[in-house]
Amino acid sequence: MHLKPPSSSLHGYFALLGVGVLTIASFWSLDIQLYKLFSFRSWELMGKFFGELLVPNFSGAFLIKVLYASLETLAMSAVGTLIAALLGIVIALPASKTYSNDPIYYRAITRWILNLLRSIPELIWAALLLISVGLGPFAGTLALALHTTGVLGRLFAEAIENAPTQPGDTLRFMGVGELKIFLYATLPSILPQLISYTLYRWENNIRAAAVLGVVGGGGLGQMLAFHMGLFQMQDTSTILIAMISLVLLVDSFSYLLRRYLDR
Amino acid sequence: MTLSSTHPQLRDPAWRSRLSLGILGIILLVPALISTEFKPWIFFEPDNVKVTLKFLADFFPPNTKPDFLKLVAIEAWRTVAIATTGTFLALVLAIPLTLLSTRVLSISALTGRMAKLPFIVRQIIRFGLILMRSIPELVWALVFVRVVGLGPAAGILAIALTYAGMLGKIYGEILESGNQEASRALLRNGAGRLQTFFYAVLPQNASELTSYTVYRWECAIRSSAVLGFVGAGGLGQQMDNSMKMFNGSEVATILIVFMVLVAMADRFSAQLRKLIS
Repeated sequence: MHLKPPSSSLHGYFALLGVGVLTIASFWSLDIQLYKLFSFRSWELMGKFFGELLVPNFSGAFLIKVLYASLETLAMSAVGTLIAALLGIVIALPASKTYSNDPIYYRAITRWILNLLRSIPELIWAALLLISVGLGPFAGTLALALHTTGVLGRLFAEAIENAPTQPGDTLRFMGVGELKIFLYATLPSILPQLISYTLYRWENNIRAAAVLGVVGGGGLGQMLAFHMGLFQMQDTSTILIAMISLVLLVDSFSYLLRRYLDR
Repeated sequence: MTLSSTHPQLRDPAWRSRLSLGILGIILLVPALISTEFKPWIFFEPDNVKVTLKFLADFFPPNTKPDFLKLVAIEAWRTVAIATTGTFLALVLAIPLTLLSTRVLSISALTGRMAKLPFIVRQIIRFGLILMRSIPELVWALVFVRVVGLGPAAGILAIALTYAGMLGKIYGEILESGNQEASRALLRNGAGRLQTFFYAVLPQNASELTSYTVYRWECAIRSSAVLGFVGAGGLGQQMDNSMKMFNGSEVATILIVFMVLVAMADRFSAQLRKLIS
């Protein structure tokens, strides 16, 4: 009996070669002087920097400010995700082919809009929105909402297209309108999926909301950029701790919630 | 007489929970809206409308002067280069950390519970990985801009640290979710940990590991473009400059280049992953 050797094609090696060339070219062209990083001076700087971070500012008044900023971050992510879920479902409907004879007039254009929304990161949306709505959490919330609409809209459209079609077809055969078919046949069967996508995005958005402030979008990030800009390292340290705890809190909450929903 | 009183079965059986959930939602939503200063009418204030329209009108046509295009091309390449070097360094950091933290290569865990000292060491490394990835790369970049100055080095370090934390975690999960019979057999028969890794664990999981790394590289391109906003070089920095000068046509060009770049990285990484699996 002949054992066939595992099929080995040259493609894999070409890919590896390409990646190697790309990496070397990157290091070479950036001229980052990594050796500088290992110089005594930068270690001294880094040591000083992180040493100062070790003593957080836990005074009552400042803690309350940080708490408010954390709540603001949380609110930004929640409102942004909610808007995105609502807009996402509205755009996902024309962006999906729900039954075999669906004329899909608007599928291409809505898909294009969703791609556009999705391909620009939250932070760039925030920077763009600053021009129309000014600094503050509103810009951040809208930025989250726009990017997330793109992500959720596409996921929702896929969920709608993959939903079982029989209940809807039956209703359509009976002459029921498309909106009612969606509400009574499609939506109930995909709702758990939509909720789980939304929760997952919310988790992502809390992380994103925490940093959006760095460009002026409100919340913890704005505070961080402000205090770090003034080299107030003790305040910075407190804000960093708040950021990390917020993220960890949300992670464990969403983990528990998902386990509860999966049951 | 209403329909529901004559036909009690037509009453929504879940109305109680729907109503209370709705009320709870509103109670939570109102303070959230206040806290986010949710005032959509700001958009329509005459001053803002004027500025926005002027900025948007500037978008068309995008700036295509050769000088500027050349500048953008260079920055686009730097964005890719920052992402690539960052991912490479992350890989270099993540591999040893994974080897040290994975359960698969534990000898004491072969017979029931892991011994105390290795367990503690593994938990410490895992905690380090959590710390690395739970600080967002943008914050790392802010920190490193203070330490190594403006420029690509800060972006590279930020990506390297955050992504090492993520890669380390996911690598560990991939290794532990795979079939462990081969590695256990080798360890039981006295093979060293590194031998076990290279002859059992790695060949079994190689394609999954590579494909996740490629995916992360794709993500790194997106984030390296964004890191420029805090001064870490690349397209983001250029966009920040143009935006501060309200130069809509330059912003439009950069946005287009950014989207093309991300789409290309997407394509490339999808191809590469298909090739691997």
